[in-house]
Amino acid sequence: MPPLAQRNLFHDKVRLTVTLTGIVFSVVLIVVQLGLFIGFTTATSNLIDHSGADLWITSKKVPYVEQATAFSERKLNQVRTVPGVADAQKMIAHWTQWKRHDGGEDSVQIVGVNVDDPLERPWNLVEGRVEDLKTPDAVIMDVLYKQKLGVSHAGEVFEIGGHRARVVGFTSGIRSFTTSPYVFTTFKNAQTFSNLREDQTYFILVKVAKGADIQQVRGDLLAHVTDVEVFTTAQFSRMTTFYWMFTTGAGVAVLIAAVLGLVVGFVVVAQTIYATTVDHLREFGTLKAMGAPNSYVYKVIMKQAAISAVIGYVLGMIVSVFVVNASQKGGAAILMPTWMAIGMFFLTLFMCIGAGLVSINKVTQLDPTMVFKG
Amino acid sequence: MQPAISVRQLTKSYEEGSSGTLALRGVDLDVPSGEVLLLMGPSGSGKTTLLSIMGCILTATSGSVRLAGREVVGLRQTELPRLRLEHIGFVFQGFNLFPTLTAGENVELMLDLKGVSKAAAKRRAEELLDQVGLGNKYQAFPADLSGGQKQRVAIARALAGDPGIILADEPTAALDSHTGRNVMETMANLAHQRGRAVVIVTHDSRVTSFADRIVHIEDGAIAKNPEVASVPPGLLHHDFSQAVVGLV
Repeated sequence: MPPLAQRNLFHDKVRLTVTLTGIVFSVVLIVVQLGLFIGFTTATSNLIDHSGADLWITSKKVPYVEQATAFSERKLNQVRTVPGVADAQKMIAHWTQWKRHDGGEDSVQIVGVNVDDPLERPWNLVEGRVEDLKTPDAVIMDVLYKQKLGVSHAGEVFEIGGHRARVVGFTSGIRSFTTSPYVFTTFKNAQTFSNLREDQTYFILVKVAKGADIQQVRGDLLAHVTDVEVFTTAQFSRMTTFYWMFTTGAGVAVLIAAVLGLVVGFVVVAQTIYATTVDHLREFGTLKAMGAPNSYVYKVIMKQAAISAVIGYVLGMIVSVFVVNASQKGGAAILMPTWMAIGMFFLTLFMCIGAGLVSINKVTQLDPTMVFKG
Repeated sequence: MQPAISVRQLTKSYEEGSSGTLALRGVDLDVPSGEVLLLMGPSGSGKTTLLSIMGCILTATSGSVRLAGREVVGLRQTELPRLRLEHIGFVFQGFNLFPTLTAGENVELMLDLKGVSKAAAKRRAEELLDQVGLGNKYQAFPADLSGGQKQRVAIARALAGDPGIILADEPTAALDSHTGRNVMETMANLAHQRGRAVVIVTHDSRVTSFADRIVHIEDGAIAKNPEVASVPPGLLHHDFSQAVVGLV
């Protein structure tokens, strides 16, 4: 086939620019919104997903990780006696106040762990060591929140919950969905910082023995330990994500914005492809008069749409990668996993082909005698 | 020998609100191969409607149209493109070339529709353009061609499908008299030298000398008996028309 589709497309540079702008805008908008959704989703369950635990034990009626209520730490001994439990550790994740040097205060989530145990240790350390938390009043925080918490370097001293705290290290990329930074410390310090009674904890994390059935152990824990909930890590992660993303409406808003991106892109692309088709209507009429079946004409229009999709996708992804990289330095990360980048190609193709179908309808309705009108 | 086009009792009506308009009223017409037939008449008389129906672009309300012996009235819409492709070449008043394709690609497009391979289509397009005197214009875009050159590209394109019937709608209307004469010579030679049936709708009285027959249409009906026109002497000796002899 002579390159009719390509030529029609590239002939009118202004219209091509408008078409590609529409597609790029749509691709970037969808990537940003879906990326934000994935970023938020990851942030909401960061602490749970990186815990290394198989099971989470909480007090009754805990809907998500930030909403835990304290219970007796003596249940830890009960937990350790249940068959299939390889390791069990107390853990605190609780809101408290961080006081900056300028006197201002910010809410933080203090995370108290057993530094000698692999469960729920701070990860992605870029300065300091986890073992440094053993020094008095030591805390580790993320570099993303240095400015927010007024921290410039390790060794600085602040107040958390009215108690002295000293920054001994930094992690990188551990975001909190609530924008209240995670501050890691020892379990003992966390009790102090969050004003928790000495015999209480918020969570018990359980590592199941190799070969043991997680559901079986969960059932046994529920049977042996009273007044607690036992969740698998995946289950607790889902509950927390669902709460923040859907119960609060935050995720729905982001998803709606992504859908809007698709709709806006579709409308812009449909409008420009339609206008291009109308511009070339006489030619399509001539093609039909020459004996071209409708399928031949459709192929030309679809080819135009597909070429627009490929170019628009490539340009859109270049802009998107730039935006995604730039977001890594901010509090709200936009994530673009490989599956999403690939999926975006098919979504763009779908959008452009769909837009082309609108034009096809116009060609189908074409009055063939128009070719005789001078 | 059966005519290339045979029209019997052809009517065409258009719905307009509650009433209808009768565009053609029982037209009978035969066009044998090798003849140049001019359809003349005032605007709105039904010439283009008749041409459209003979070209399988428009469907008749009643009557019969046979192309190369095959009845086309009543055929399904999906069957008509194939029929056009096999039997009919169109030449339009406005040339209807594809402005984004070169002259050569415009001709190739027709060959592509016929299923000719890319390489063979390119060779054939070069031959056809060469034969209409545009051998050096293969890469030229329509915007860079004169009116006469555009119409010759359109003729080359119409011939690319090797049709038995050429239907032309005001092919000289947009051309000056010299260029128009060249185009008409080309058309006449297609009929006389290559045996095509050539039907031309025109208002241009300058082209009547090229007709073998002129049919006047008025108010949707043939107004008077066809008159026979002689082929202008010397036509076959014209340089340009001689070049067209080698077509197809």
